[in-house]
Amino acid sequence: MTTEIKERIPSPIGESKPRLENDQKVTGAAIFADDIQFGNSLLYARIMHSPHPHALIKSIDTSKAEALPGVKAVVTGADFPGYLGLYLQDRHIFCRDRVRYVGDPVLGVAATSEEIAVKALDLIDVEYEVLEPVLNAEEGAKPDAPLIHPDLGNYKVANFIFPQPGTNISNHFKLRKGDVDGAWEKCSTIVERKFWVPHIQHVPIEPHTAIAQWDETGEITLWASSQSPFAQRNLLAQALGVSQSSVRVIAPKIGGGFGCKAGISMEALVVAIASKTNGRPVKLLLTREEEFHTAFVRQELIAYYKMGCDENGKILAMENTYYWGGGASTEYGVNVTRAAGYSCTGPYEVPNVKADSLCVYTNHPVGGAYRGFGMPEMHTGLEQCVDELAYKAGIDPVDIRSINCVKEGCETVTGFKMHPTGLSQCIEETAKAIQWGQKSPASAPNKRRGKGTAIMWKAPAMPPNAGSSAWVELAEDGTVNVGLGGQDLGQGAFTVMAQMAAAALGVPYESVRISSPVDTRYSPYEWQTVASRLTWSMGNAVVAAATDARRQVLDLVSEAWDEDPEDLDIRDGIVVSYKSEQEQPIKDIVVYGLPKPDDQGWLGGPIIGRGKFMPSYVTGLDAETGQGTRSVVHYTTGSQSVEVEVDLDTGCVEVLRGVSAFDVGRAINPALVEAQIEGGFVQGMSSALFEEMIMVDGFMQNPSFVDYRIATTTDAPSDLQSIIVEVPQDDGPWGARGIGEHPMVPTVAAIANAIYDAVGIRMMSPPFSAEKVYLAMLEAGIVE
Amino acid sequence: MAYHKITLTVNGEAEQVDVSSNMTLLRMLREKMGKTGTKNGCAAGECGACTVMVDGEPVNSCMMLAIECDGKEIVTVEGLADNGHLAPIQEAIIDSGGVQCGFCTPGILIASQALLDRNPNPSQAEIQEALVGNLCRCTGYVRIIEAVQAAAKMV
Repeated sequence: MTTEIKERIPSPIGESKPRLENDQKVTGAAIFADDIQFGNSLLYARIMHSPHPHALIKSIDTSKAEALPGVKAVVTGADFPGYLGLYLQDRHIFCRDRVRYVGDPVLGVAATSEEIAVKALDLIDVEYEVLEPVLNAEEGAKPDAPLIHPDLGNYKVANFIFPQPGTNISNHFKLRKGDVDGAWEKCSTIVERKFWVPHIQHVPIEPHTAIAQWDETGEITLWASSQSPFAQRNLLAQALGVSQSSVRVIAPKIGGGFGCKAGISMEALVVAIASKTNGRPVKLLLTREEEFHTAFVRQELIAYYKMGCDENGKILAMENTYYWGGGASTEYGVNVTRAAGYSCTGPYEVPNVKADSLCVYTNHPVGGAYRGFGMPEMHTGLEQCVDELAYKAGIDPVDIRSINCVKEGCETVTGFKMHPTGLSQCIEETAKAIQWGQKSPASAPNKRRGKGTAIMWKAPAMPPNAGSSAWVELAEDGTVNVGLGGQDLGQGAFTVMAQMAAAALGVPYESVRISSPVDTRYSPYEWQTVASRLTWSMGNAVVAAATDARRQVLDLVSEAWDEDPEDLDIRDGIVVSYKSEQEQPIKDIVVYGLPKPDDQGWLGGPIIGRGKFMPSYVTGLDAETGQGTRSVVHYTTGSQSVEVEVDLDTGCVEVLRGVSAFDVGRAINPALVEAQIEGGFVQGMSSALFEEMIMVDGFMQNPSFVDYRIATTTDAPSDLQSIIVEVPQDDGPWGARGIGEHPMVPTVAAIANAIYDAVGIRMMSPPFSAEKVYLAMLEAGIVE
Repeated sequence: MAYHKITLTVNGEAEQVDVSSNMTLLRMLREKMGKTGTKNGCAAGECGACTVMVDGEPVNSCMMLAIECDGKEIVTVEGLADNGHLAPIQEAIIDSGGVQCGFCTPGILIASQALLDRNPNPSQAEIQEALVGNLCRCTGYVRIIEAVQAAAKMV
């Protein structure tokens, strides 16, 4: 086969292949956790939640509930002394002596129907001694604040998290670089601001759902809507004191995650309850109200920024303090805090930096991972300050970003040399597309238009040794089956993995299947589907497995044909020799092997390729300065520009246009990249304009879709543009890096900057509701 | 609890079902008939994931009692394709890339089909209005709206 023929066979890399699971999803055939049938032995669980933000449990009387016909189990914290926690093991499965937020799980029941389970909860008396709550991260960090975790010093903790026993501070990340105090006098312009970003929630349309079963031998099976089947296996085993291999997690299709179905939350409750039901499976399905009250939330952020630049617009110093409201316990909050610490400057090269990023326990719901992992919150204020710095210094807001943004080879805030990045190009592209500098006329006399830009960076925030693995198996018909342990959350991971396996092996995309649902008993290990790491990390593992299978096929053929493997190739599912011009479809080879000459036996056998990937180069950071050789695996960077219209009569903000450019290294599937960018933009816009968990004295006031409004069809801007920039990642498959979370990182700041451009007010706290914007305009004298 | 025998048509097939008086249409479809394509997102009539057609009208099936459906014609997402051939709206949402996690998709397809049945050539504003009760957290809606426009052209 000549080079010419080679080029005629299209590579699936860079092709917008349709999603693998489309047909199932449009016909109702796709199976989500609540769709799995368990027959009539299924029991239904309900949870009693704490009615207080902070209290001691004095007594629990379950006797009346246990006597109710149909009740099969009542489980309290007394039964489960183990600890849960991904980075800091700071909570029990059920509360034991203390409740720490309204919604904290106190006990659970299983019954033959939901109605009986609800009735059983009504029969249980719990006596509490109410304690003073901590309702604000900054207040909670003070030495005289009420202590939420008096045992903080005894908890197990990862070696890169630094809790401060005797306080509510569960992690303190310090960054010290250069001479900040000495730098201020060299600055011609300085901006100082405080921002507050409230708790919001992920709001997957599928509520959390889990079903658990303990069989008579002690084997535990959990079916869950899950981003993290392997992490859940590990965390459950630790908390229950059983071996990892006696826990099996099966993860069917997932109806949206965005981080809230990562780590472990309600799944542990139903597993604990199922330990007392004599082998009967137990289902727990959160109601939407419970979802709002008890599922993970995004950490709130109280942030102080100070930054200064010289007369050329060069940023010389930043001093940032971030108080993260981590909530009652910190499944992820401690690492969000760390990520915001080592990324504290945003995507800028700043020579002098002092930053403190603190995770603080509060009596609010538990902070989890939320799309962006601290970066949308941090960039909300940071990118408004950079904007203000530009205006005050008389420099164009786009120019100040181009001048200061990170470029290849520059020293990032932790001392890591920046890898090649297309951030400058992203800034240029969005400015051009939004027609930066040109003001378009408003649609009505009582409206004002404005444009705003914000840029971003985000690294996968994960332990340095988060690993991926994969296998590739070939069937008699030439079909390739890929085993993997990451999840398709709707982002299209399975489709992208199939494209990579096809390209690496040399088979048509259409002949690749993904072995799903992920099942920890049969699927290869994957750390978690978080951190926008699958395309890069799991992709590398899949490519390694496909390459291994390919090598096995070619070694076999090389021996059978007596040819140099270098002269052989697999093209479109056919083994070809460029030398002898022999051809043979792989389907004839990969299971039964090949005969030796003259019927003298056989060569080969079933082909299974295996592959793994784990970054080996991420180093620790100094606990006092945050400096180190390599803080992260890489940064995805990007820019967004928006145009808004503000109604002077109502304060209503309408986003007319949104332009995004992100450097994804290489778009394996451009349509899926664009879908992430659009969906992320609208989710970011929704958090900018509508979303806030309104907390009063620790109680959420708006736990329904009517009162917690998310963007609907009528809010979606009709003009959304996605620009893909491709500066390859050195260790990414075909140069790819992640894009799942990044599109909502700069959106709030871009919209805020556009509001400023339109009406001249700075909005220090999202959401920018009509009421808030109108009152701010009133106060500024813009309207009367 | 009182039980009732009701007769109705689901996706063109006549069915007789025993339902309790407090059972919703959603629960009947999912638990009594194995039609799990219709999803439960809030059980409060606020998210649209459970949208089905009742006598041609899009309805939040979590807010309707099964006994109210006696004698009615129900269409669920499982009833959109015809003998294995996807309906234009199903083809269009695939082509436009309007599917991500897929949990809101069944309700969106039904609400869109109901719109196209009564208005074969809807404007963008009419599409947005018809789908305003169907929440989607993944896509940002742009490609869903495009899908309905494309399906209208295909019919």
